[in-house]
Amino acid sequence: MSSLAARRAALTPPLAFRLAWRQLRHDKARLLAAISGVVFACLLVFMQLGFMTALLDSASTTQMLMRADLYILHKKSEALWRTQPFARARLAQALALPEVERVAPFYVAQVPIRNPETGKTRTMMVFGFDPDSGVFDLPGLSEDARAVLHQPDTILVDERSRPDFGSFAEIIARDGPVATELAGRRVTVAGTIIHGASFAADGHAVTSETTLWRLVPNRGPAYVDIGAVFLKPGTDPRAAMARLAPLLADDVFVVDKPGLVAFEKAYWQEQAPIGFIFGLGVAIGLLVGCVIVYQILFTDIARHIREYATLKAMGYGQGYLRRVVLGESLMLAVLGYIPGFFLALGIYALAESQIFIPMRMDLFKAGLVFALIFGMCVISGLLAVRKLKDADPAAMF
Amino acid sequence: MEPAVQVRDVWYRYGKGELAKPVLQGIDLAIAPGEIVLLTGPSGSGKTTLLTLIGALRAVQEGQVRVLGTDLSGASEAERVLLRQRIGFIFQLHNLLEFLTARQNVAMALELDPRLAEAERLRRADAVLARVGLAGFEDRYPANLSGGQRQRVAIARALVHDPGLILADEPTAALDSKTGGEAVRLLRKLAKEQGRTILVVTHDPRILDIADRIVAMEDGRIVEPTLARAAE
Repeated sequence: MSSLAARRAALTPPLAFRLAWRQLRHDKARLLAAISGVVFACLLVFMQLGFMTALLDSASTTQMLMRADLYILHKKSEALWRTQPFARARLAQALALPEVERVAPFYVAQVPIRNPETGKTRTMMVFGFDPDSGVFDLPGLSEDARAVLHQPDTILVDERSRPDFGSFAEIIARDGPVATELAGRRVTVAGTIIHGASFAADGHAVTSETTLWRLVPNRGPAYVDIGAVFLKPGTDPRAAMARLAPLLADDVFVVDKPGLVAFEKAYWQEQAPIGFIFGLGVAIGLLVGCVIVYQILFTDIARHIREYATLKAMGYGQGYLRRVVLGESLMLAVLGYIPGFFLALGIYALAESQIFIPMRMDLFKAGLVFALIFGMCVISGLLAVRKLKDADPAAMF
Repeated sequence: MEPAVQVRDVWYRYGKGELAKPVLQGIDLAIAPGEIVLLTGPSGSGKTTLLTLIGALRAVQEGQVRVLGTDLSGASEAERVLLRQRIGFIFQLHNLLEFLTARQNVAMALELDPRLAEAERLRRADAVLARVGLAGFEDRYPANLSGGQRQRVAIARALVHDPGLILADEPTAALDSKTGGEAVRLLRKLAKEQGRTILVVTHDPRILDIADRIVAMEDGRIVEPTLARAAE
C-alpha cells in the first residue's frame, strides 16, 4: 500500500518533536519541575561517579609516580597499603635475565608522625627507596633538592596530606627545615612533594631506604615490598615480563606498570566494596530520576488524554503520539543534563577543596552520565507511553 | 455516483456472551456526496455508536460499512487510521490542544499530509480561520477564546484538510442556543459552498433546519422513513 508508506513518511520525528516541545514549554512551572528532577538525578550520578573515579585515581597515584619497567610483588600482597615483603634475593635473581639493566627495592611502611604544631601523632604512609635509583618521581621537587634525601633521618612530606598532619609547606617556606618525630624518633622534614591523599592513607612521605630501615621497627634491607626492575633500552616490557616470571621463586609475581595500576584499582573496586557502594548510589540516583520523569510524563498524558484521543480521531497513529511522549522525555534529558553538568563542575571543585581528593570531569564521565540520563528518560518515556492506550477516540463521543 | 457513506445491515454489541447488549440492530443508511444528514434520537438509541463506526473509530462487528470508498468491514487499525485522515471530526467539546494557538490547532489537521510545506499549512489555516470569522485571532490560545470561538476553531480544523466527510457529535451541546445555532449554520454554509458531506448527531431540535435529511433512531433501529426536507 504505497499511500500508506507515504503517510507514514509524513509522520517523521520533526513534527512530532515540535509538538512535544510546544507541549513542554506551554506550562513553564511544570517544565521547570521536570527539569529540576533530571538535574537532581544528574547531580547524584555525577557525584557518585566522581567519588568513585577519584577513589580509584587516588589509589593509584603512587604507582603512577613509579618509573621502573617491571615490578615484583609478593603473591600475598593485596594492595600498596597491605603489602607482604619478600626476600631481597628475588631481585638478585631478576638480574639473571639479560634484558634487565638494574633493580631497585621499594619499601612501604605505615608510620605515626607527629604534627609539629599540635604535637598530635597520625599514621602516614612512608616510602623508602634509593634517591639515586630514579624509581620514584618526586613532583614539585628540583633535582638539587632531591640530594637532601641522602642526609640521614631526613624526610619529605606530601604537602597535599590532610591538614591534620601539620602545615609543613608553610612552616618550611617560613623557617626552613623543621624537626618532628617519625615512629618516635627525631627526623628533619627538609621539604615537600606533591602526591595527594588517597582512600588508603591521609598523608604520604618519602625518605631514603637507609633512613626507613633505621626508623621503622622491624624493617631492614633483607625484605622489600616492591621490587622495581629497569630494562635495557629498547626491550619490550611485556616480553621481558613473560621471561622474568619463570626465573623467580613462585612466592612472587611480576607486573608491568599498567598491571601495577590495575592491581591497585582492582583491590579497591573488588576487595573493598567501594565499586558496589558507588554503583548502588548511581543506580539510586537514576531510579529517583526515572520516577520523577515518569510521574511528570504520566500526569501530562493523563491531563491531555482528550487531546491525545482527538489526535487519534484525526488520523494520528499510536506511533506518532509515542514519538511525542518520547520526544518530551529526550528533551527533558538534554535540558536537565546541561545545568546538571555545570552544577557538577561546581560541586567537584567544592569537594576537591574540602576533602583533598582530586575530582576530575573528563569526557568519559560526561559522556557516561549523559548516556545514563538519556537512558533514564527513555525508560521513563516508554513506561509513560503505555498510558496512551487509554486515549480511545471512540470514547470521546 | 457512489454514496459517501454506505451502511448495510450493521449490528453492534457491547460486552460478550449472554450479557452482550445489542445497540445497533440492522442499520441501513446511505449518505450521498454533498448531503447534510442529521441523526437524531434519544440517549441510548445507538446513534453515537453508529457515528463512531462510520468514523472508523471502532471496528465493525457485523454488516457492511463503506466510507469514502473504503470498506471498513474487517479493516485493520492502520487502514482505519488512514481513513480517519480524510474525515473531519467536530466534537461535543471543542477538544483543541490547549498548548497550541488557533492557527497551530487548525494546522494539525494538515501535518498529516507530507506534500504540504509548513508555509502552505499556515496559509491554509489562516484562510479557513478567516472564513469562520476568526481573522485576527490566529495567535490566541484556546484559553483566551470564548466557547463559540473555540467551536469555530474546531470547525475550521475539521474543514481545513478538505475532508470527504465531516462527522459532528452534538456540536451545540456545550454552547448556548444563539452561539450554537451560529456555529452549525456557519458549518452548513461552508460545507454547501464546497459540497462537503456532513453527518451530525444531535438531539438539539433548534438545529434541525440545517439538514437536507433527518434520520431518527430508536433502540438501535432507524425508526421512520427518512424525511426529505427542503435544502434551502
